[in-house]
Formats: sequence, structure tokens, C-alpha cells
Amino acid sequence: MRKSILKKDITRKKSEKNNIKNKMPRDKASGRKTILSVVYIFTGLFILMMGYFAHFLIFKSRDVINSTYNQRHDVLAKRVIRGKIISADGVVLAETVTDDGENEVRNYPFDDMYAHVVGRVLRGRTGIEAAENITLLTSYSNSAGALYNDLIGVKNPGNNVITTLNHKLTKAAYDALGNKTGSVVAIEPSTGKILAMVSKPAYNPNEIDENWDRLSEDQDNESPLLNRASQGLYPPGSTFKILTALAYMRENPDYLDYSYNCKGKIEYDGMVIHCSNNRSHGKVDLKKAFAKSCNTSFSSIGKELSMDGFRELCESFFFNKDLPAKISNNKSRFELKTGSSGVKEAMQTAIGQGKTLITPLHNAMIAAAVANGGIMMKPYTVDRIESAGGRVLKGYIPEEAAVVMSFEEADYLKSLMRAVVTDGTASRLNKLDVKVAGKTGTAQQDGKNSHAWFIGFAPINEPKIAISVLVENIGSGSDYAVPIAEKVFEEYFK
Amino acid sequence: MNIAIELTKYLMLILTGAYTYHAFRAAVKKNKNSQDKSYKWMTCCIFMFHFTGYFTLFIQATNNKLLLLYGLEVLVLILALKFYKILYPGISGLLLRNMLMLLSVGYIILTRLSFDKAIRQFFISAAALGLGLIVPAVVNEYEKIKKYGWIYGIAGIGLLLLVIFIGTENYGATSWLSIFGIVTVQPTELVKLLFVFFIASLFSENISFKRICIVTALAGVTVLALVFQRDLGGALIFFVTYVFMLYCATEKPLYLLLGLGAGSLASWIAYFLFDHVKVRVLAWKNPFGYIDKEGYQISQSLFAIGTGGWFGMGLNQGLPTSIPVVDSDFIFAAISEELGGLFALFLILLYINCFIVLINIAIKSENNFFRLLALGFSVMFGFQIFLSVGGVIKFIPSTGVTLPLVSYGGSSVVSTIVMLMVIQGIFNTGSKPSKSKAKERP
Repeated sequence: MRKSILKKDITRKKSEKNNIKNKMPRDKASGRKTILSVVYIFTGLFILMMGYFAHFLIFKSRDVINSTYNQRHDVLAKRVIRGKIISADGVVLAETVTDDGENEVRNYPFDDMYAHVVGRVLRGRTGIEAAENITLLTSYSNSAGALYNDLIGVKNPGNNVITTLNHKLTKAAYDALGNKTGSVVAIEPSTGKILAMVSKPAYNPNEIDENWDRLSEDQDNESPLLNRASQGLYPPGSTFKILTALAYMRENPDYLDYSYNCKGKIEYDGMVIHCSNNRSHGKVDLKKAFAKSCNTSFSSIGKELSMDGFRELCESFFFNKDLPAKISNNKSRFELKTGSSGVKEAMQTAIGQGKTLITPLHNAMIAAAVANGGIMMKPYTVDRIESAGGRVLKGYIPEEAAVVMSFEEADYLKSLMRAVVTDGTASRLNKLDVKVAGKTGTAQQDGKNSHAWFIGFAPINEPKIAISVLVENIGSGSDYAVPIAEKVFEEYFK
Repeated sequence: MNIAIELTKYLMLILTGAYTYHAFRAAVKKNKNSQDKSYKWMTCCIFMFHFTGYFTLFIQATNNKLLLLYGLEVLVLILALKFYKILYPGISGLLLRNMLMLLSVGYIILTRLSFDKAIRQFFISAAALGLGLIVPAVVNEYEKIKKYGWIYGIAGIGLLLLVIFIGTENYGATSWLSIFGIVTVQPTELVKLLFVFFIASLFSENISFKRICIVTALAGVTVLALVFQRDLGGALIFFVTYVFMLYCATEKPLYLLLGLGAGSLASWIAYFLFDHVKVRVLAWKNPFGYIDKEGYQISQSLFAIGTGGWFGMGLNQGLPTSIPVVDSDFIFAAISEELGGLFALFLILLYINCFIVLINIAIKSENNFFRLLALGFSVMFGFQIFLSVGGVIKFIPSTGVTLPLVSYGGSSVVSTIVMLMVIQGIFNTGSKPSKSKAKERP
């Protein structure tokens, strides 16, 4: 085709050598059309680009400029009074006030109660103060008054952050922990809203400047700056039996027929694993083994489980991964692996000892996932952003993190966890009006007292709250973690 | 003080908005009377905008040098308006005003960023406006100009090769030439002019397959020379300009598709072959993941644009100097940060307006050489804006090209003014009956 045109072209050129027509486009109208198509292409590109620009400013820029690398935060702080951080039940958790010397000061009315979750602005922003820094430094100005303030150089009030935190619940957890070292996390299972997150010991953010040297060097050796809830890694102890049971259920569809004769201890290659207080539980099925937290039957289950299958299951629960949350967290660890781990390690891992480590927040998420029928929600602490005048500017919507188990699996695990309360290690909770389900844990440590754990949720039929309690170096979960959980449940269902 | 900065910020936005509105009105209206009315508005907006900008800068840093620079700039703007109209009554008043408006935006933001650079930029652009005065007259003699197509092409390649051998490096690209150690120029900018003349001239003579092959080969060498200088943006601009000129000369969409396909393939290969290409793409995909090094510039740019928001921080109220190379390649971010996102959108609209006016001259041009010339320059101008703005806002990977007439850069402003005046010359020649045109019509 082209060749023939070419030929024609050449012959025409020869015959009409001086004819100007050959140089002109064959048809003026089609020439115009060609150039018009160029106009469309370029105008289209420009419009796309403008659309992208507008999209960036409207939807993306808030998250982008919140980066701690953005040096412009200080510029904004000169124009806006930093907004308030408020609990879900309307209590101010942080606000900027002007002191006697006309200086702006960030005030935290509850001193150390919210030190980790709300965070601080001085000495490196943390917590919600860091995550929502730009929000707090942005003023929603729609009224003429705000514009007028801008013009005459009076600072406008910044936007307020309304958290998911429940102040009464937080206070109950804070009081229940008392002087002990540890953490309490409470989550709404159906949404992932964090209702309370307390870590002790804490520090007073109002006095951070004065105490900074002592705190940062950790002179008292109790790491008060660390948010134990999301950053403290602990062996899960028997709370991990939830995942061991799930792994067993997946490998053995006839798990209802499980039966084991507990003699109080099990030996393997020179290693002995005892049940708590050396008590023998006799003949147990899965439910009884779980309710009584029978170590011998669970470590014998661990001996048979496929290590890689077990690891895959745990990784689907976000072990060895960053948690799907905006809260700064440490990765929980699960290290069992075919080839590099021995049977002894597998047996210990099955009862939550071994090399497995977990954060209290992560353990709360696991309890919440069971409560929520197998769907794990992303935990979050900010419910919505409001202007100083109370107008809702942005609401955060609950998001699914993963479907970690089937509804049936969750249902069965619920019945196991319910048995712990009705007929097992957390029977103390049975006297509550609300039906609680849960699992205790006593994570043993060489030469020190055990860490006490309790994770659970209530009410069993329509769970409203899932909690995770950890107390460091103190003793058994039944004795030390369960009473704290009891107080939190009591407060919530009052 | 604060009230003044805030008020002037909104005033500048309103003036630019009014200017843009009238620019589109003037482009659409056929009626000479209402067009003239829009022109008057536009002239008014330019001077008021320019005054407001300098007023804001002056009240924040009372410096008599600022007044002097302001006075000189006003003088040049007035002279440019007067002289061009007297010498060439047939040129497009819309395009002339757009050019001056864009220059004013550049003057103000450059003075804010660096006074010394603003002074340099002012003198060079004033000289370029002077040089531009003779351009339409030269274009009028097109029968002579168009004869030397081959020479333009070869000279362009020669210049680029010269840069490869004795050029100096700046911002990672070896595309500067130092003349007696006094001034450094970017020959690419001159080659841009030669390149379009070269192709327009050869394709308007004939578009046989053989001719297409030879011209494509020469254009390819030019582009490769730029790639060799690590001037990615330049290479892309030349390439796209060539493909669109070829498309319009032949009127065959196949060439456009082939060209763009070959371009995509070449970019893909370049990504795997050259580390400096890969780095730019990585920095584009995830600037915050590489914020310490490769992504630093684009991250800072996004911080600036995002923090400025729709209405901007006000002149001197932001931190645009935290963006590397902010006065040339990333000037759009500085404008958006301090004058606002809306202002930045008006600026893009203004460029679109320029592009439409330019390409309209190509459409209306009856002379084949002129048509290709105008089209080539329009595409070159439009695509450069796309690369510059797109790179700054992370729409596309950053290629490091200047924003025409606004960015700091002597060679760039000279070549852009000459380029626009060539098209003005075409419009001027086309709008009056000349003897050469009479010859064209047998």
C-alpha cells in the first residue's frame, strides 16, 4: 500500500516538478483536522494534569503534609492555635492554653493516663499528637470571622480530633492496673475502635521538659516512654492456645472427637512440661483441655502439628508483620520453621512459650477477631475531625484488616473461650451479669515471676468489647490479670 | 502588616483570575470591539498584579533596590507593549499580553526567591524582548529562511556534540557551555529553535518516504545526543515535537502511533539501561520511601504544595527554598505554596490559553512551512509545560525542565521569547496581504 503511494508520489514529483501543489497538503480541511487532533490530545493531557492536581489538594495533601519530614509544621503553628484532642464521651484529653506569661502551653488534664495513646508534642511528637499533627494545626475557616482573624493576625482555633477512646473505661483500666507494670487494651470488635489503651508505668507529658533527661536515659529502669500496649513484646503464654486450637482444628476436621489423658506432665527427650500446679486433668476433650489450660495435651498437639502450616496460620494473623494500624508498633514474632526448629520447640510454642512474642494490642486484636466472627478489623484511635465550631469535617470509617478464620471456626473458638469462664481458669468472671468469654495466660520466665495475661470479650452473643490485659512479672493470669479484666468489664456494662 | 500580606494574596489571585477569564474571552470572541475591551482589562491586570506582588515584597523587606527593579520592570513591560504594537500592528495582542503576564509572574516569584537571580533574569529577558523585536521582520523573509533546512539540522547536532565534548555539568546534566568563562549558556535552547526550523523546512519541501527516513535519522541523532548529555527532559521534548511534526506533515495517524510506540519502548529500555532514569521513576512512584535522597526534591515539592493549600501561605510566608532547584525546575511548587493552588490552576489555564492561541495560528496558516513551524513550536511549548508542571506535582516522573517564561534561566527565556515571536511573525505575515503571499497563490 505504502509502496504504491510512494511510487505515485515520486512520479508526481517528477512530472510536476515545479508545481507548488505538491508541496501543499492535499486537502486543507484534512490538514486542519490533523492539527485539531493535536489540540485535543494536548488539552486532554492538561485537563488530566489539572484534575490530578486538584485531587491531590483535596484528598491526598492532608496525609502527605502530615509527614514529620515536612518542616512547614512550625510555620502553620504560628497561625493556628493547636486543636483539642477529645475522648469519645466528650472529655478533653489535650488542649492548648495560654499561661500567665502569654505563652501557649499544651495541657494534658489527666497527666500520665493518656501519655502513650494521646502522646505529646514536646521532645518529639508521639501518639495522636503526631498522627494528626496537621489536622490539629489546620483551621477550618468558612465564616467571615475566621477570615477576619486571619487578616488581623489573630490565631484561628485549629480543628479538634475526636478519638474513639472512652474516658470512663480508660480510667477504670488505669485504676485497675494500679502500681503494677503492664498494659490494658480494649477494642470494639465490630469496628476496631480502640476504647482504651493504657500502659504503665507512664510519664507526665505536662512535665516532659523538666524530666526529659531522667526519662530518656531510663534512670529508673522501667521504660516509661515505651507504649507497652503496642511496643512491648511478651511471650503469650496460654492465650496462644487459641491459635494452637485453631491450627489443630484445621488439620483435624474430627477435632470434636479429640481426646487426651492428662497425667499432669509430659516428657520428651529429657524435657518435662507440667500442667499448672502439676495437677492432672485426666481424660479431656478439646474444650476441657482449653478451659483448664491443660499444657500436656496442648504440647502433645504441638508435637503433631505441621510447623509450616502453623507459621502460615500465625502470619495470616499478622505475626512477623507490621500491624494494620496507624499506631507505632513492634512486630510480633513466630519462629517455628520446618528444618530449623525441633520438636521440643514446637511443643513449647503450642503452649505459648518458646520463641513466640506478642504485643498486648495484637492479642486484643486476636480476641476481637474471634468475637467478630473471624473478621479482624483495623484498630484505630481517631473517630472524626471536627472544626472548632463542632462541624464534622472528616469521619474515619472502620476497615477490615483480614478475614482470619471462618464464621464456624470463630463460633467454636467462642464456645471454648466461654468454657474458660464457666468451667475453667477465669471462673471469677462467671459472677458478672454479662456473659464473658476469654483465655488466661501465665507466661513463665526463667528466674522471674510469670507475666499474667487475660484476653477475652463480652457479651458472648453480641460482643461489644474485646480486651487484653497484661501484667509483667507477677504471677498467674487467673490471679492477677483476670481481676483487672473484671473491673474493666464491670465499668463498661454498668 | 499581616492584614496586608493576606489581602494582597487574595488580590493577586483575583487579578490573575480576571486576567485568565479575559484571555479566554478574547480568544473566543470574534468581535473586534469586545476583544479590545478584554485586552484593556488584561493590560490593566498585568500592571496591577505586578504592582501588588512588589508591594507585598516591599512591605516585608523595605529595600530601595526592590523599587528600582520594580521601576525597570514596569518600564520594560510598557516599552514591550508599545513597541511591538507600533512595529507590527498585525501581531496577536492576546499572545503578547500572555507573554508579559507570564514574565511578571516569574519576576515576582524570582524576586521573592533570590533577588540576585531576579536581577539577572530581568536583564536577560529585557534583552530577549529587544531581540524579539526583529524576529517578525526576519520571519517575513521566509523564502530565504526556509532554504537552509539541512544547515539548521546539522548545526544543531554539531552544537550538541560540542557540548558533549567541552560542556560543563550542572544539576546532573552535562548541557551547559561556558563561553570564555564569563557566561554559561545552554545550547539545547538554541538547538530547539534550529530543530523546528530544520524539520519544518525539509518537510514543507517534500514528504517522500526517503525524505522522512533521512530527517528521522537526523532527528534521532539529535535526541540521542541529548540522552547522552543526560538531559532527559530535553530529549523527550525534541522527540515529541518531532513525532507531532511528522504526523501533521504527513497527516497519517500511523506515524503518530508508531512514533509514540517507539518512544514508549525506548523509555522502557532506558529505564533498565540507565540508573539515573531508574532513580527518577523510583522517586516518582514512592517519593517518601526515598525521602532522604532520591525522593527528597519531589517530597519537598509536595509538602510545599500541600501546605500552601488552595489559597497559599502568602509571599515570603512559606518555605519554598527548602526545595532543591526551586527557582528553575521546581518553581511551580513555590508558586503554589505561596500564591496558592487556585493561582497555580489559573497559571496552567493561562498556559493552555497560550497553547490554543499558538496552535490556532498554525491552523490558520496557509503556508505549509509556516504551518509546520507554528505547530512545532506550539507542541514544544505545550509539552515543556506538561513535563515541568507534571514533574513538580508528581503526575509524571520529574525530568528537570524549566517552566517557560517563569523559571530562572537565561537561555530558556531567550529561546521561549524568540519562539513566540516567530509565531507572532507568522501571524503578522499572514494577517496582511504581502507580495510573498501573492506568489503563493497562482
